[in-house]
Amino acid sequence: MLFPPATINPPRNRVVVTGAGVITALGRGWKPNAEGFRSGRLAFRPVSLFDVSRQRVRQAAEVLDTDNIPANHLSRRELSRLDRSARLLLIAADEAWASAGWNGEQEFPLVLGTTSGGMSMGEAYFRQASQRPSAMKGQATRVAQYQPQRQALQLQEALRFSGPITIIANACASGANAIGHAFSLIRDGHAERAFTGGYDALSQLVFAGFDSLQALSPTQCRPFDTRRDGLALGEGAAMLTLERLETAQSRGARILGEIVGYSAATDHHHLTQPHPEGNAALHTMRHACTAAGITPEQIGYVNAHGTGTPLNDSAEAVAINRWAGDAVSRTHVSSTKSSVGHLLGAAGSVEGVVCLMALSGQWLPPTVTIESVDPICRFEIVRTPADAKIEYALSNSFGFGGSNATLIFRRFS
Amino acid sequence: MTDQMGATQTLGPVHEISVSGIGAVPPAGWGIDALRSLIEAEDPVLVTDLERPGWTAPLRVRRVPAPAPKPAFMTHPRLRRSSPITQYAVGAALEALGADPAVARYEEGRLGIITCVMTGCVNYSRRFYDEVLHDPATASPLLFPETVFNAPASHLAALLDAETISYTLVGDPGTFLHGLALASAWLFRNEVDECVVLAAEETDWLTSDAFRYFDRKVTLADGAAAIALRRGAIAKREVFLKAVTNSYTYSTRQKPAEAAEKMKAELVSSGAADLLCDGTSGSRRFDAPEAAAWRDWNQKRISPKRNLGEGLAAGSAWQCAIAVDSLLRQTCESAYVSVVGCNEQAIGARFELSSHE
Repeated sequence: MLFPPATINPPRNRVVVTGAGVITALGRGWKPNAEGFRSGRLAFRPVSLFDVSRQRVRQAAEVLDTDNIPANHLSRRELSRLDRSARLLLIAADEAWASAGWNGEQEFPLVLGTTSGGMSMGEAYFRQASQRPSAMKGQATRVAQYQPQRQALQLQEALRFSGPITIIANACASGANAIGHAFSLIRDGHAERAFTGGYDALSQLVFAGFDSLQALSPTQCRPFDTRRDGLALGEGAAMLTLERLETAQSRGARILGEIVGYSAATDHHHLTQPHPEGNAALHTMRHACTAAGITPEQIGYVNAHGTGTPLNDSAEAVAINRWAGDAVSRTHVSSTKSSVGHLLGAAGSVEGVVCLMALSGQWLPPTVTIESVDPICRFEIVRTPADAKIEYALSNSFGFGGSNATLIFRRFS
Repeated sequence: MTDQMGATQTLGPVHEISVSGIGAVPPAGWGIDALRSLIEAEDPVLVTDLERPGWTAPLRVRRVPAPAPKPAFMTHPRLRRSSPITQYAVGAALEALGADPAVARYEEGRLGIITCVMTGCVNYSRRFYDEVLHDPATASPLLFPETVFNAPASHLAALLDAETISYTLVGDPGTFLHGLALASAWLFRNEVDECVVLAAEETDWLTSDAFRYFDRKVTLADGAAAIALRRGAIAKREVFLKAVTNSYTYSTRQKPAEAAEKMKAELVSSGAADLLCDGTSGSRRFDAPEAAAWRDWNQKRISPKRNLGEGLAAGSAWQCAIAVDSLLRQTCESAYVSVVGCNEQAIGARFELSSHE
């Protein structure tokens, strides 16, 4: 039963991460991504997936290797029909699954975040339906593959597990909301474990959409820089296996980190612009800390949403200043979107993995593209690779429509 | 009913989840009364033609008429450019919350919003991508933000001044029942004081065309429905959400028929009911697993989609809304809602009328 729950006020479980998988334009897997994020490497290249000749901006953090899908239970026919986003999802999921040592044929919740699912399939469907209306070949497949629940079901089929699927589409906070929701399910005793993360692939509609808003940087993505002029798009996926601490320990699982706080709120100032004082961001950072039972002073690293747009970064900076209070000058902040761009529905989950990497490696990922820090930032921007002693890392994710989410991770020792 | 501190007092046990309101925007009308009368009518809602580019024969859909007079909420700055799905979502949610449409501000505490869609904001997505294909350099920046799945939820939150948690869930029609379970979890965790769960869809030639690849007899329909939930009860006679089954997802190992049988067995084990509100729509292909699962049902049955059309996520919300309406009008004591979704899951819910005299 999804409702009623077994108990109304269950004891709160500790939730740990036992596996992680990630694919971005930096590479495929934990190691190349950890090396890339640690050094602040940039992964932008000219867009090859669709025609950008009439766009203001022509580059993005495009993933090169999406063809080699790890062995799984999907048929050859199904594999040949996968949308690009499904490939990204499967690659990240396979790594997380393997690193956790999970086996199939079991039932647990799958919680995913995405903004556009198999959008490239939807685009192909529309192009054919509008330009060659009588041509029907392949259209049924495109309809099916476009829908996010299809990618979720394919993931279950590929790894041979089952259970309820929750797909959260809260724009660019989706990946963080997905992890937060999965965390809540285990913490509150609704599940022993859960598989969660976010995914999104570059698509023409979304790329043109951000370009139409003049939200894409025609120069370089420079979060929190005085002369920042927009975001850069990317694509990718990250998946996490979450378990109750006791469950993980009883099977001798390697623990990558712990999730200790989550909060979500709505900023309804404007459909595409945050409240200039960052009220909702402040709310989620404060409440996530309260949930974790810690103070801002204890957060060793903040992975900011930091898109590089003038309005987002100023609102988030104000929110961080207010949240950190007296500790603001000692608060280390960076945005890894300078390296891999904005991954939309995957952003929150990839940045969650970055926090786990930073906690396990005890380093701070830099934003190397900054030339001149916006004076509104009273916190310390991490601009060069650095080692650090960090116990907690906080990740912010904000999205169109005012979806705000904050996750807090803890080093596990 | 509020106490001196302004908090809502509860009559029923706080470990129960009650329905504090329902709202609906069905094709051919606005409001729960319209939903009821359309379902009780002998004939299905009339279909209207929808032009499909490149074809002489139009597609056929069931569409929500423009409301007359225009509700006050439609003049809100956030709603002036919004697509129909947002208007339906807001219309249903305001009715469920009992909010004054002229004021439309929620002042009862912390409101959670859960919005469920399957095809979502397809009108503006299709228009925007059409513009992109013609020339991306001139594609409208006004359209793009309205294409995101959570645009309706964002507009509703802005209208109600709601700043608490809001999720937009995507999936097949069963997702609405997931939403009810999620809302209950938020209420039990005391994250919100009330939560409105809504589902909305808008028709478009693109989606109607797409569904023809799976069943040419399916007639898609516009609309929305919403259910507001609270912890405990605030009235002496109240409808409670008693159960939401597991979600039985489809796979090569579990076909829809098997999933539907499991859902039915679990739903029946949750307690008895004297009304079944099912999701059959008259499509032999899509109905078969659900019809087989409930073939032995010999009590009252309501099949809203047979008259309203296939409303996708909105369709399962109509089922829940009419089940609750039937309980409130005391035409039954307990109701099952059965949803065997078109491509993801089978899931069920049970509502019950209870008194706290």
